Amino acid sequence: MWKYVVKRFFLMIPTLLGVAVFIFFLMRIVPGDIVELRFSGESSYASKENLAAERARFGLDKPLWRQFVTWMWGVVRLDFGTSMWTGAPILEEIKLRFALSLQLAIMATAVGVALALPLGVAAALKQDTWIDYVARMVSIAGIATPSFWLGILMILTLLVVFHWLPPMVYTPFWVNPWQNLLQLIWPALAVGYRLSAVVTRMTRSAMLEVLREDYIRTARAKGLVETLILKRHALKNAMLPVLTVTGIEFAFLMGGLVVTEQVFNLNGLGLLFVQAVARRDYTMTQALVLLVASVFIIVNFFMDLMYGWLDPRIRYR
Amino acid sequence: MRLPTAGRITIGLFLAAALAAPVPAVGQDKPRYGGELTFVVPSEPPSFDAHREETFGTIHPIAPHYNTLFRTDPTDNTGTKVVGDLAESWQFSKDMRTLTVKVRQGVKFHDGSVLTSKDVKASYDHIIFPPAGVASSRKGAYVVVEAIEVPDAQTVRFRLKWPEASFLSNLASPYNFIYQADKLAADPRWYEKNVMGTGPFKFVEYVKGSHWVGKKNPDYWDKGKPYLDGYRAIFMTSSSAMVAAVRGERAHAQFRGFSPSERDSIVQALGNKITVQESPWNCLILVAINHEKKPFGDRRVRKALTLALDRYEGSKALSRIAVVKDVGGIQVPGTPWATPPAELEKLAGYGKDIAANRAEAKRLLKEAGAENLSFTYKNRGVAMPYEPVAIWLIDQWRQIGITVRQEVVEAAAYYATLRGGDFEVAADFQCGFTVEPDLDIYKFQSASISHANYSRYEDKVLDDLYVKQARAVDAEERKKALRAFEKRLLDEEVRYIYTLQWHRIIPHSAKMRGWTITPSHYLNQQLDTVWLSE
Amino acid sequence: MAINVPFDAVELAAAQAARAGWWGTVKDFSHRRPLGAAGAAVVLLLIVVAFSANLIAPYDPERVDFGAMLVRPSAAHWLGTDAFGRDVLSRLIYGSRTALLVGFGAAVIGATAGAVLGVGSAFFGGRVDLYLQRVMDIFIAFPLIILALAIVAILGNTLPNLIMAITIPMIPRCAIVIRSSALSIREMPYVDAARAAGFGNGRIILRHMLPNVMAPYLIMLTSFLGQAILLEASLSFLGLGVQEPTAAWGLMLRGAAVDFAESAPWMAVFPGLAISLAVFAFNLFGDSLRDALDPKLRTL
Repeated sequence: MWKYVVKRFFLMIPTLLGVAVFIFFLMRIVPGDIVELRFSGESSYASKENLAAERARFGLDKPLWRQFVTWMWGVVRLDFGTSMWTGAPILEEIKLRFALSLQLAIMATAVGVALALPLGVAAALKQDTWIDYVARMVSIAGIATPSFWLGILMILTLLVVFHWLPPMVYTPFWVNPWQNLLQLIWPALAVGYRLSAVVTRMTRSAMLEVLREDYIRTARAKGLVETLILKRHALKNAMLPVLTVTGIEFAFLMGGLVVTEQVFNLNGLGLLFVQAVARRDYTMTQALVLLVASVFIIVNFFMDLMYGWLDPRIRYR
Repeated sequence: MRLPTAGRITIGLFLAAALAAPVPAVGQDKPRYGGELTFVVPSEPPSFDAHREETFGTIHPIAPHYNTLFRTDPTDNTGTKVVGDLAESWQFSKDMRTLTVKVRQGVKFHDGSVLTSKDVKASYDHIIFPPAGVASSRKGAYVVVEAIEVPDAQTVRFRLKWPEASFLSNLASPYNFIYQADKLAADPRWYEKNVMGTGPFKFVEYVKGSHWVGKKNPDYWDKGKPYLDGYRAIFMTSSSAMVAAVRGERAHAQFRGFSPSERDSIVQALGNKITVQESPWNCLILVAINHEKKPFGDRRVRKALTLALDRYEGSKALSRIAVVKDVGGIQVPGTPWATPPAELEKLAGYGKDIAANRAEAKRLLKEAGAENLSFTYKNRGVAMPYEPVAIWLIDQWRQIGITVRQEVVEAAAYYATLRGGDFEVAADFQCGFTVEPDLDIYKFQSASISHANYSRYEDKVLDDLYVKQARAVDAEERKKALRAFEKRLLDEEVRYIYTLQWHRIIPHSAKMRGWTITPSHYLNQQLDTVWLSE
Repeated sequence: MAINVPFDAVELAAAQAARAGWWGTVKDFSHRRPLGAAGAAVVLLLIVVAFSANLIAPYDPERVDFGAMLVRPSAAHWLGTDAFGRDVLSRLIYGSRTALLVGFGAAVIGATAGAVLGVGSAFFGGRVDLYLQRVMDIFIAFPLIILALAIVAILGNTLPNLIMAITIPMIPRCAIVIRSSALSIREMPYVDAARAAGFGNGRIILRHMLPNVMAPYLIMLTSFLGQAILLEASLSFLGLGVQEPTAAWGLMLRGAAVDFAESAPWMAVFPGLAISLAVFAFNLFGDSLRDALDPKLRTL
């Protein structure tokens, strides 16, 4: 088992490194740069000397490999540098948005799982009945509906039917929980619905697989009560793939909610991301990509560990 | 509340019409002291030094902390009348090559030190003759300045290389904050991260991504002002959030501008709690035509492009859905140097008989051998109003048989595209801080003179006309030169195409008084004349 | 989740189909999987609409009509008009072309390229597999929207580039699924037997591995179809996808649709419905396809 853990752990490093190299060079291939954007402002002209001087200040005139090494050296010491657009330390900028994105991700996942588990289990138990069909249609609808469109509809409904708009400025949960929830419940619902769709399908198919297993038949033959079978055997074993999918979806929610954040005007990581790319803020984009990729890779790592622990066959791959 | 009744909208429009008229808002009631003004700003300041920044994101939250030497009269809704801010009085020499300014006495910086002419000189040196490593965005606007002298603590003298009619307007740029000489001497970049001026409000705090707060300066030199106790600028990026803030009465105003639909939704919700001020805006989208790409070097093709546009119908329709409205020439309609509409109609593309114009356009295309012309229009990646204007342009060009494909270039890559001439026809734009021909038509000179000439042409006639109007001391002479410039630019050679003038719409809380809209969203933001009625 | 489909299932299905004939298979499928059949029918309808757009659309989708701006659904304009007076219904109909073009283009290229990489990686194993796996991991860990943004920014804003921007993130995701499927085949003794018998690599891949990854390939393909359409909608909404004045569903949700959502909700509602319907149909069909091809789930 240890060999498996160590191997998986060390495999994370080349992946992260690869991501770092990729984003570094990708950003520099994309045309346009931040200096032009800053100085041209609302006229379409900026003087060449200003541009050159600013570029030098950011170190953009140095050879690429050198810029890369400087950046990586900082990353290794957990110094992500300063945002090229605002000049503030990147960790500070991210901290401002992190709480919101994290809270939204947690709320959406909670909403999703709360919807998905009962629906998926019910669909599996009553397979091919109308309950199953309805559950499947609802979950496919969740995957099919663009969540940003759902968001637009939500705001529209609130406005037209209830004549009310959710608060547009973020208040942290510990400052004013009511305001905070009032703002975040709507995007949580929109995103959570989609997440619930994915998890419902996984729950259903995992339950179906488990229910067919021999040990369930044995338990039934032994005369155990059905609910006990469900709880003690079926559900527990079905949870593994469900947990995996939930974990991956959660990882995706951190920084992946670009369009939803725009629709609900949330000052989150997704918006920061899009702004950073639009402004060609190299340092910010690089840091954010590393952050999001790390979350994803680490979540995957733990998923792999769980699988390896529970299914010994996997360890020997 | 169902969808708005016609009545509500009428009230809103009535208010809009009434307040669009040039009636100074100050002086109707007696100003009341007290209160905190809250307004939203769509953009954050990249740095605090207005000498190097080009965005209103620097002006809106920071201008109240500073004074400039000259400014435009806050009660003038054309934004062209220059008055003194820190300048008490001024005088040009007979040959118009020296400007002597008397600086106000008794002005204190927020740290208590006294303002002298030394500070004015240091600030302008910072703008016009910046030390190495310091970026100044407006250096190029003051090439006419030879030197700045301070004969005594109360006087500043600008010596010019040649007489320039627009020099005073130029000096009145809202970006020319007056800094303290000592701070600049110690560190020329100090003001990028610090705020310390002589203005009506003192700096309190700035929370990134959130807000900027200023409080009343009790020792302000203009006794009796400011009226407000303080102000709070809230940063928001999404326009729906800004609308919600004003609509929900959580903010009094947003000083850049709202779109027509946003204005309507605010007026619907708040009725007469909202005052709407509207004005032509000194911003517009230009169409740059790359003379170096075939067949756009042919004047007939360019002329066809402008003849195809039904500007008047476009104005009526687009003003409902976008922030564009007026049909204008090289100066914002209604300002001192603007061409009267009757004369404007004589220019290509400004005539009212669109059928005849389009027939002529088709004929010109045929003559130039460009009948089934098809090209790519490169547009700037900003939604409002670039998208609606592009859709309109493409549709209008379709009416004369031209097929146009739009390619949107992201804002960051856009300048490189323009500068590199990597386009056939592209959207260009211009936003001026004040309506002044020298500033507004500078870019149309030959490419060898104007680096912002993206149509990439050389035209000595235009260059000569520019100099002629810039040095003209007599108003009539200047007008003649401007008319000739306009005719050559837009009619004879069609170097650039003017689309529709943008339209500034500011719906603000009726409680906010003392603020007059101007064609520029950079002007009138010191907030010293603003007061809250409750 | 990888689905391991043994050799026999596809052959079994194919044999059944051969016996029942083409129409018989369709009838059988509709009877046993009504949802899937419904999905397939909607997909077919979409394809028909896309092909015959110029015949069935009542107006030119790009025709600007300033006299009819923001008209509500009425006899003249069944779904109303947008801020430029363009007929919403016509734009929806032509928009199906863009959706299907992008959807099928991205999905087919993405799934096929992914399958090739997956099979190759599984078959050749060793170093090749190791390196390819890492590269795939990197692409998957990379945030999807940012990758698409960057590709569009680099290559320029045209339809083929948009398809490429949507395809590229999909390739590795397909590759790892196909790879795990192909891996299980590689372990099977008959592959060794084939090699012992002297069959070349190409033949082994073509005749043995490919048919067995057919099922997961088809499933990934239908899943990608839906995802591609959603991704295109998101990118267009952000302003990085299809450009005006082309009609595209995601584009129709942008700008004026949101600005005028209160006074002219039809602009925002119908394109979203169209997107949801299309993706819904693709997913329904894909789901039923997976159920049909996976014997473990089939009988229950």
